[in-house]
Amino acid sequence: MITSTSPRLTHLQSLEAEAIHILREVVAEVERPVMLYSIGKDSAVMLHLAKKAFWPGPLPFPLLHVDTTWKFRAMYALRDKVAAAPDVDLKVWINEDARARGINPFDHGSLHTDLWKTEGLKQALDHCGYQAAFGGARRDEEKSRAKERVFSFRAAGHRWDPKTQRPELWRLYNTRIGAGESIRVFPISNWTELDVWQYIEQEGIEIVPLYFARPRPVVERAGTLLMIDDDRMRLLPGEVPQMRSVRFRTLGCYPLSGAIESQAASVGDIIAEMKASTTSERQGRMIDRDQSASMEKKKAEGYF
Amino acid sequence: MVPLVDSTLLRFLTCGSVDDGKSTLIGRLLYDTRAVLDDQMTALEADSARVGTQGSELDFALLVDGLAAEREQGITIDVAYRFFATERRKFIVADTPGHEQYTRNMVTGASTADAAVILVDARKGVLVQTRRHSFLCALLGIRKVALAVNKMDLLGWDKARFEAIAADFAAFAESIGLTSVTPIALSGLTGEGVVAPSPLAGQTLLDWLETVEIDALADGGAFRMPVQWVNRPDSEFRGYAGLIAAGTVRPGDRVRVLPSGRESRVARIVAMPDDLTEARARQAVTLTLTDEIDVSRGDVIASAEDPPAVADQFEATVVWMDEDALSPGRSYLLKTGARTATAQVTTIKHRVNVNTLEKLAATRLELNDIAVCNLSLDRGIAFEPYEVNRDLGGFILIDRITNRTVGAGMIRFALRRADNIHWQAIDVDRDARAAMKGQKGRVVWLTGLSGAGKSTIANLVDRRLHAMGRHTYLLDGDNVRHGLSRDLGFTEEDRVENIRRVAEVARLMADAGLIVITAFISPFRAERRMAREMMAEGEFIEVFVDAPLALAEARDVKGLYAKARAGTLKNFTGIDSPYEAPEQAEIVIDTTTVSAVEAAERIVAGILKT
Repeated sequence: MITSTSPRLTHLQSLEAEAIHILREVVAEVERPVMLYSIGKDSAVMLHLAKKAFWPGPLPFPLLHVDTTWKFRAMYALRDKVAAAPDVDLKVWINEDARARGINPFDHGSLHTDLWKTEGLKQALDHCGYQAAFGGARRDEEKSRAKERVFSFRAAGHRWDPKTQRPELWRLYNTRIGAGESIRVFPISNWTELDVWQYIEQEGIEIVPLYFARPRPVVERAGTLLMIDDDRMRLLPGEVPQMRSVRFRTLGCYPLSGAIESQAASVGDIIAEMKASTTSERQGRMIDRDQSASMEKKKAEGYF
Repeated sequence: MVPLVDSTLLRFLTCGSVDDGKSTLIGRLLYDTRAVLDDQMTALEADSARVGTQGSELDFALLVDGLAAEREQGITIDVAYRFFATERRKFIVADTPGHEQYTRNMVTGASTADAAVILVDARKGVLVQTRRHSFLCALLGIRKVALAVNKMDLLGWDKARFEAIAADFAAFAESIGLTSVTPIALSGLTGEGVVAPSPLAGQTLLDWLETVEIDALADGGAFRMPVQWVNRPDSEFRGYAGLIAAGTVRPGDRVRVLPSGRESRVARIVAMPDDLTEARARQAVTLTLTDEIDVSRGDVIASAEDPPAVADQFEATVVWMDEDALSPGRSYLLKTGARTATAQVTTIKHRVNVNTLEKLAATRLELNDIAVCNLSLDRGIAFEPYEVNRDLGGFILIDRITNRTVGAGMIRFALRRADNIHWQAIDVDRDARAAMKGQKGRVVWLTGLSGAGKSTIANLVDRRLHAMGRHTYLLDGDNVRHGLSRDLGFTEEDRVENIRRVAEVARLMADAGLIVITAFISPFRAERRMAREMMAEGEFIEVFVDAPLALAEARDVKGLYAKARAGTLKNFTGIDSPYEAPEQAEIVIDTTTVSAVEAAERIVAGILKT
């Protein structure tokens, strides 16, 4: 038994309660919800929050991994471990069209993300008729997210129209949708990257080991450290892999995820490093650097 | 700066216009608390050089003005949320535009804020917009306010000027219930008074933000938790999940479930990995009860010693947020706590001019209008006045067809307790019932001597209306005297009572939306007037079926005149009891010149015309 003696909820308790409230509200009001699971730290936190929200029952919705086939091997290992738990129903969707066309991050640039991630996500949601999809997006990540609602309404075809978003007051969420419409729901909207790390430490949440610094084979390309995770990695002329102590702040397709040099081998170390940190986590995401305002554009197209 | 794990969370709202330097101030707060990182700084430096307004200096406004893109795309300027932290607190800033056309955005931002920073330009002092922002803060229940007197550097940190503005504002603030106002002199541009000390000494804005007391109203009150979701993983476990709206709860506490009123005790506070021995306001928990009682989503579990009231009619302040105006009488979905009900605004008591606080008459509410209204719900809900508890007193209104969130409201008080009221009588009213039939309830009252032809004409009218798809009912001596008035004779008293009964039944039927046709001699003006006065204005149509006594007596279909003349039938109208002809009948049928069919057509036309 735990008794809290502090007169106030801590900021993590407040954020946790808000997220649990949002998760439950969707399950209470919307048919066929699903939780997008991308295996990263935000997904790990979301999964943990969902387990808490519906404890002692099982998760009342499936997890959905939209697989690009280009994730780190360590990510697949954790995904399969999560899926093996008896209470978890994890579905994997692969865009067979992208696979048939051999779309890859080396030859196809932003088309890779468009087809594998954005199109794949839309296909999966349509295929299963999910009316609400939980995502781990946060408002602190990027400028266009700062104005995103917790409940983000998508017209038929998953388009995000910023002009038709609903006012959100208090803790009252209007979950009503018409035929063909769907909702993306972001329970950790108000968390910052630091909150996520502090929560992972406080709750002892398992995350992909790639978040912790370790000697890994990398090449430096256009100012970014890329890890050679399997033999599909194409080296440019003159590139020689070298072992460096690196970790990742965000994880995606390995040829698109930049590592940072670090000695932080534990969550505590990472938080300590963040105190001195001087770059935002999205810097490591090559996807956002293609075009200016790229996130806004991707959202309008149906990216979560 | 990194918040400690046990730091608290403060949500605050910034109110002010671009001219007041709001963006610069927020940018400065983010920058000075090191919430701005290297890559963002690089972008800021580039943007400052390109489009900045501060020469070679950094333009902090550019950190928060994502507005260029908004303008290009014509996106509604909206609430943006910013984050920063110190070791003592984590902060969520709701950044909203200050112009009057963005009242709805400011209300949205204020709804979740614990505190507000109201900006004024030191050169201009308290303006109309300052009053508007203050009023909206007070309306949404924000009690802790910092008056940030900005641009003090431009006035050489003139202390007298600062104090004059503070005094000016304090007088106004008190009048609208903002009793905890802290004036702070600062300059967003130089950072003095924000994080760095101000030349006038005193509290900096960050000092205030780190120490301002978070409203503890919900913590102190009696326990209340709206049931958000019923957790039933198997037949053994039945837990009630929700966010605690007020008070604390412990296993063993006696609780009452509202609106049903059933009582039980808290068995467990279920949490992962271990049960809790206590939980309090704003925690999301799952409770189990010691008794198997019926509890559903939307119910409120509350302290049995001090439960909240249940009511179905309220006075509330409504903020309208939709392009389509609110019309009284139209029904909307009302969501409060975990409950969704059907509600209608029955009366707009007055609209409030947000700039002058004047009360204005209004028959509808347009976008951004704020008004005090009466609302009627289709069911009783457990509630608290908004000023006591935001979760149990705040609501949103949803359009039933477009699904848009069209309004927000704050309950002021209940107009009556719902405990002993049949709520059916409130919402489904006579207009609603008649509208379902596509007609208006009417009472067509035929009066005239026996044998004048009332029944014949009434039957024709009934058939004609029925053929036209109208819902009618014919009341005449045949179906009333054998049942409803079986106990009555033909004395004057009994005839009056018979007419009273007929009028009452006709009124109920008209209330149900029917077109009622009555065919009774109804000889006395007083009773016909009584019947007329029972009905709504315009609903009663008196038809005088006028036949001279000689003609009626000559027809004598039922042989009654003969009996009356023979003295075997007493109190017969026209013979030994008077007939008082109508003086103001809506329709007069002269049976000496008009056939029964023509009479019926005229009556039908008269009914449908009104």
